[in-house]
Parts: sequence; C-alpha cells; structure tokens
Amino acid sequence: MIKKITSPATTEEILKLSAGDMVELSGILLTGRDAAHKRMVEYLYKGIPLPFDIKNQSIYYTGPCPAPPGRIIGSCGPTTSFRMDGYTPLLLDLGLKIMIGKGQRSPEVVEAIVRNQAVYLAAAGGAGALIARCVKKAEVLAFEDLGPEAVYRLEVEKFPLIVAIDSRGSSIFESGPAQFRI
Amino acid sequence: MRTVSTSLITQTVEQLCIEACYKIGDDVKILLQKARDEEESPLGKWILQQFLDNMHISREEQLPLCQDTGMAVVFIELGREVHVTGGSLEDAVNEGVCRGYEKGYLRKSVLDPLTRKNTGDNTPAVIHLEMTEGDRIKITAAPKGFGSENMSRLAMLKPADGADGIKKFVLDTVVRAGANPCPPIIVGIGIGGTMEKAAYLAKKSLLREAGKPHPDKDIAALEQELLNKINETGIGPQGMGGRTTALAVHVETYPTHIAGLPVAVNIQCHAARHASAVI
Ligand code: SF4
Repeated sequence: MIKKITSPATTEEILKLSAGDMVELSGILLTGRDAAHKRMVEYLYKGIPLPFDIKNQSIYYTGPCPAPPGRIIGSCGPTTSFRMDGYTPLLLDLGLKIMIGKGQRSPEVVEAIVRNQAVYLAAAGGAGALIARCVKKAEVLAFEDLGPEAVYRLEVEKFPLIVAIDSRGSSIFESGPAQFRI
Repeated sequence: MRTVSTSLITQTVEQLCIEACYKIGDDVKILLQKARDEEESPLGKWILQQFLDNMHISREEQLPLCQDTGMAVVFIELGREVHVTGGSLEDAVNEGVCRGYEKGYLRKSVLDPLTRKNTGDNTPAVIHLEMTEGDRIKITAAPKGFGSENMSRLAMLKPADGADGIKKFVLDTVVRAGANPCPPIIVGIGIGGTMEKAAYLAKKSLLREAGKPHPDKDIAALEQELLNKINETGIGPQGMGGRTTALAVHVETYPTHIAGLPVAVNIQCHAARHASAVI
C-alpha cells in the first residue's frame, strides 16, 4: 500500500510514518545541496537571518539539470545525503521536518531526527526523469548565484518515496538488508 | 592513410554525450527487468519498476536519465592508418563535450579540485587513447556519475592474498558502498598490471555489454561467483534490502609483477551510460 502525504507535514502525519513505508508526497519542497547547506549554516553562525523560513519545511537534496525549453525543470533525482550530515542537526533543531535524498545518514543526524520528530525520506537515486515529471512548478527562492545548487521552491505531485529513517530512528538501511542477508 | 577532420570528431563526441545520457542500453534494461521479476522484496520491486519507468520517460521525453550527467570519460581507439587534420585530437574531444553538455541540457559538474570553481562547460574530459589497427576511429562516451565513482577503491594486495584476497576486497568495497552508489550496481574489476593499469581495466570493463561473461572460462566463473556473493549481502535496490544488489560483475586482467597484485574496483550505478560510434 502506498501512503499519501503532503508537505509541509504536521508532526502527527510524520509520527504515522514507519521505516520501509512507500509514500507519495505532494506539496511544497525546498531544494538544497552542498553549497546551499554550507551557506545556510554560515548565515546562521553569523546571525544573519535565512532568506526563507525552514521551520516545518521539507528539503530535497538535488541539483537538477538545466530545464530544456518548455519544461518546468530538468532531470532532478536525489543526491547523496551524507554530504549534508554535518549541517543537518542544526537545521533540524530549527524546525526542519522532512529531508529527501539518497543513502544512509550519520548517527548524529538520526539523533536529531528523533529529538525533533522529523523524518528522512529516500527517493530512487537515478530516477531523475521520472521525478522531473512530478514537479509541477519550480522557482528560484534564494542563492541564485549557486546555479544548479541554488535553493528552489518546488511544487510536486505524487513524488514516489520511501521512509528511510522514521521519527523513532528506525532505518530501512539496517532492517532491510538484514532481512535479506544470506 | 585516411584523413579525418577534428570537426567530425567534435560532432561525434557531441552526439555521443547526449545519446549516452538520454538513452540507456537495452542490455541494462533487460537485466533490470529480470531483476524486477525475480526480486523478493516488495520495496525492491517497486524501486526497480521506477528505474524502468524512468528509462522509458528519459528516452521518450529526451530528458537525462539521471541529473548527474557525470564527468565525461571518452575512450578513443585510433587506427594506425588515420591521420587527424585540423588541430589537436584532445581539443576536438573537449569541444564536443562542451557542445554536447550545452545542447543536451546536461548538468555541468566539473570543477577545479582545489578552488572548487566550476569550469562551466563540463570540460575537460578524461580521455583514454588506444592505438589499434586499421583506418577507423572508434569513440565511446561514458559519462560517469560520482555517487558511484566515489565508492570505487583500489588495493595493492600481496601475491599471497590470492583469489580469496581479491574476493574479500571486492565484497568489502560493495558493502562499504551500501546505498550510496544507487544499487543495483555493475561492478567493474581490474586485476593486475600496475596501479593505474588496474584502475583503467576496471573502468574499461564497464563498457562491455552488461552481464556478458568474460570469454575466458575461469574469469567468467570468478565473475559469477562474485555476483552471487554480492547479491547474498542483501543490500538490495537502493540499499533497502533485497536480492538485487548488483546486476553484473565484469573482470578484466593483465599480467602483473612477481611482487604484486593490484586490484581496482570501479562501481557503476544502474545508470550505466555509454554510447559509441565508429568514424
Ligand atoms: S550514482 Fe548514478 S544513478 Fe546515482 S545519482 Fe549518481 S549518476 Fe545518478
């Protein structure tokens, strides 16, 4: 069964998700990868307010291809999440609720997920064209100078995802392979 | 002597970069279909189906299969009887990469390793040149994404480590990579030669039709054994558990020194892109 969720999501909705659940997400996502994370955290350390509010928001780790003429966005699959791990606990403590990317996270991130009742969802790495189809609107929100690494505001519909680490800290990257190891 | 102009080389590289990123080979598609049919994990099946749908959309809508359109690795097999006119071969290839990435709306991901400043046009390419017989040039563009490239490893094993040492190193590399290289993966392995030769062989083995066994029976048996062992790890599609961790294992070997046993493992994600043309 595929669960439907919307973003921004309420804590109640997030608590209902369990590692390994298949979900379809519709709503608003902010994009951000290495350079955008670095800059966000630099702003925060310097006490400069972020040009957007991340409280209750969802971040999607992606650096899309350029949009061909007439298209909303180019291919936009997930990038490897662990490169964002150093910056993530701070953002979670500021109220970030949903992260979308691919691959495992550090123990510090898992702790921060549990502490803040957040969730980490995984998109199918390499399914960039399929995911581009789920994007209904895309506009640059901040850090435009970062090119494909700028922060975009995306409106997505039925984005296929898997609950990778749930709000209790259970991870499909541990339970899944353990079940199939011979 | 046959003359080939650099402008034809540029044009060919341009087309090959675009083709490789939009149109994944049927060899990978067939392996993915088989994996989807046989996968025991419902989650794994769902993910494999998404990859198949993605391939279809990418071909149909002319969108890159994956947004990481990689660093352009270009293999050139240059016939001895070809005379290249109109400039340097290397410049011609780089110009082709530059145009292909622009025209194909591919992502430009190449930068200076220290300043991290983007070169803006995805050049330079990594070019591998080999001399062959005849009067033709075979060009292969193999854009390589770094989710999987980053998980690749090389070891200078001791001769005493032998085949068991090789198997252990390969498995260890795949397990450490886990979900990061977007499994299911194709594992390219180079055994022998020197450090750089092993790495080159590992990369080159990925150009082989996916899943086609090595012509040497013993090497083919090693490939099969490694494939089985890798799929017994349970890592599964996207590292979330399942039977399909690798779609294929390709091994290439080369004689080495009495004192050494170099082994390189080049991990390739399921977006195993390469396109060739002979001019
Ligand atoms: S590892 Fe391969 S499939 Fe995954 S994001 Fe990189 S290029 Fe794409």
